Amino acid sequence: MSITSNTQRLQVALADYFYANENLLVASAQPALNELRKKAIADFQKSGFPNTRDESWRFTDMTAIMQHDYDFSFENQSRQFDISTIFSCEVNDLDTYSITMLNGWCVYQDKPLTRLNNGVVLGSLAKAIEEYPNLVEKYIGQAASKANGGFAALNAAFLQDGLFVYVPKGVKVEKPIQLINIVDTNSPTFIQPRTLIIAEQNSHLSLVHCDHDLAHTPTLTNAVLEIFVMPGASIDHCKVQNKGRNSALLTSTYYRLHSESRISSNIMTLNGGFTRNTVSIDMIQPHAQASISGLYLADKEQFVDNLILANHAAPDCVSNQLFKGIIDDDAKAVFSGAIHVQRDAQRTQAYQNSKNLLLTQRAKVNTQPQLEIYADDVKCSHGATIGQLDTNALFYLRSRGISEKSARQLLMHAFADEVVKKITIEPLKQRIANMVEKRLKGELSLCDQCVLHCSDNIPATFNLNIRKI
Amino acid sequence: MLKITNLSVSIDGKTILKNFELQVGAGEVHAIMGPNGTGKSTLAAVIAGRDHFTVETGEITYLGNDLLEMEPEMRAREGIFLGFQYPVEIPGVSMATFMRTAINEMRKHKELPPLSGGEFLKLMEEKKNLVEIHSKLTNRSVNEGFSGGEKKKNEIFQMAMLEPKLAILDETDSGLDIDALKVVANGVNRLRTPQNATIIITHYQRLLDFIVPDFVHVLYDGRIVKSGGKELALELESKGYDWVKQEAKGSYASN
Repeated sequence: MSITSNTQRLQVALADYFYANENLLVASAQPALNELRKKAIADFQKSGFPNTRDESWRFTDMTAIMQHDYDFSFENQSRQFDISTIFSCEVNDLDTYSITMLNGWCVYQDKPLTRLNNGVVLGSLAKAIEEYPNLVEKYIGQAASKANGGFAALNAAFLQDGLFVYVPKGVKVEKPIQLINIVDTNSPTFIQPRTLIIAEQNSHLSLVHCDHDLAHTPTLTNAVLEIFVMPGASIDHCKVQNKGRNSALLTSTYYRLHSESRISSNIMTLNGGFTRNTVSIDMIQPHAQASISGLYLADKEQFVDNLILANHAAPDCVSNQLFKGIIDDDAKAVFSGAIHVQRDAQRTQAYQNSKNLLLTQRAKVNTQPQLEIYADDVKCSHGATIGQLDTNALFYLRSRGISEKSARQLLMHAFADEVVKKITIEPLKQRIANMVEKRLKGELSLCDQCVLHCSDNIPATFNLNIRKI
Repeated sequence: MLKITNLSVSIDGKTILKNFELQVGAGEVHAIMGPNGTGKSTLAAVIAGRDHFTVETGEITYLGNDLLEMEPEMRAREGIFLGFQYPVEIPGVSMATFMRTAINEMRKHKELPPLSGGEFLKLMEEKKNLVEIHSKLTNRSVNEGFSGGEKKKNEIFQMAMLEPKLAILDETDSGLDIDALKVVANGVNRLRTPQNATIIITHYQRLLDFIVPDFVHVLYDGRIVKSGGKELALELESKGYDWVKQEAKGSYASN
């Protein structure tokens, strides 16, 4: 096959790389995992990377991102690294069980897995594969479908490390679990972390999920999360992203909801070069509930894409999607919200709302609802708005002595607040609200998280090479 | 305090105010009356700084400054207040945030330190009582879900908070029942001082029973066609506007 584009070139390089290193990958894993890998790489070779002719990638062009020569690594890096020397998370002083990933590898010091007294296990997926092979094999790859422009398959083929969480039956994890993904590299790097979360019957957990960046070079992250919510269990998941303009981050989250389970998902995209959030909610048993909301604030030349699929495969489930975006300068955003109601999913309630503010003539948003309903007793609605700040409201505020700048910020803040209010992890809500406010004032930059406090324009340089540690 | 000379204003090529003239001094209450569509609300909006009008000719001087050169927020900070005919609903912005931002931006302009949270809440309670607002305003979004009467009371409440030098009340009486009207009028009266001035824009004499004007002007076809004392309002109430219109037409003809 002739290689005609960089995208294809990368595609072939990845497959070649897989086969060249297959022994290395296979050696470290269990047989069932290796079957998954082999099937996944074959799937990836068949599907390849997506292009804009694919319906769910119509407005999402990755050509520019595929231009770079990315490094991949099979080696464990920086297990012992002291993250606090380069990074402090805005929400870090929350009392959480915190797990940090550096370039997709769990930084666990001397404790790869934490086992709490109540039976909860959390830590490195790589270690969980060794220690809990049966548990991991039972679930991994079951929720992530291959139909995601090849990205889920690619992640499965190369999966090595990431976050693993197991919550036993009936256990409510009292502190939130915090996943901090940090990318820090001096050369273009392709990163593929994998998360597996299993919440057994009637258990509860809160997950704070932060994506940050210290890199000033192009990076491509293809993250996949599989989250199994067993009967009666509930998960509050809040993802906050503050990444640099050179970053490309694809996060595909697959929730599988069993009967009477509940999830609340909030996706706050504050900064990032290219961002694609895919959220798939499979309601496979009755009376499951899913609330999925998101806020995206894009300016300069940022690109943010949220693709949500609420799949109602069982009766009496409820899903609610609310996504709001403020798009400034030359930024672009995409929202695709799908609701699928299967034939037997009677008494489904599925709602979707997408609201967007465009602050300039050049800012752009594409929003597309997609409803497929095969049951007859359902309540579904969808709505999408795209507009500017209300000039009457602006004048009203200014007529009370409020500057135009403050008035615009007040209105943007009010717009964003509807989503911030939905964050169910209480101690996090106020912090996120502060971050959103700073972001809207143009004061939130990556440097807020970096402890070196150098200017945004000057790349941070470290005296130590973390890859050698 | 306010001097408007030869002001002509158009919107989308249609002239609304035509060579309009008005002078307002400190301590005075002026009522501007007139039928619908004669330019009353346009006048209020031009003074407050709405930008979708074109000023064709004329000038407005306010405390010696060229008002038309000032941004709406600067006009407000210098003491101009517009009580809106249709107060705008702003979901998600609480009354407390709104008023605190306004007060502190004004204080900054006057080189005063911002009010502390406690001082601000105390001020808010005090001014709420003035217009008999009993509900907990703090966490409610600006005008959202307010009844017609509450919205108008809220305008006067904001006026009380901001203590303007020149208040323009645009149809503040419309949509009010008699009790609410008394509350609103009472609020305005209590805010009157020898240093500030009020322009009341209204259709009806009713509000003027409670807020007694020093001057009454009749606006017709973009200009003031008749001025007088408070008795002019009573005359208009009994005879309607037709006689003023006839007079005005007569005077055009003779011109």
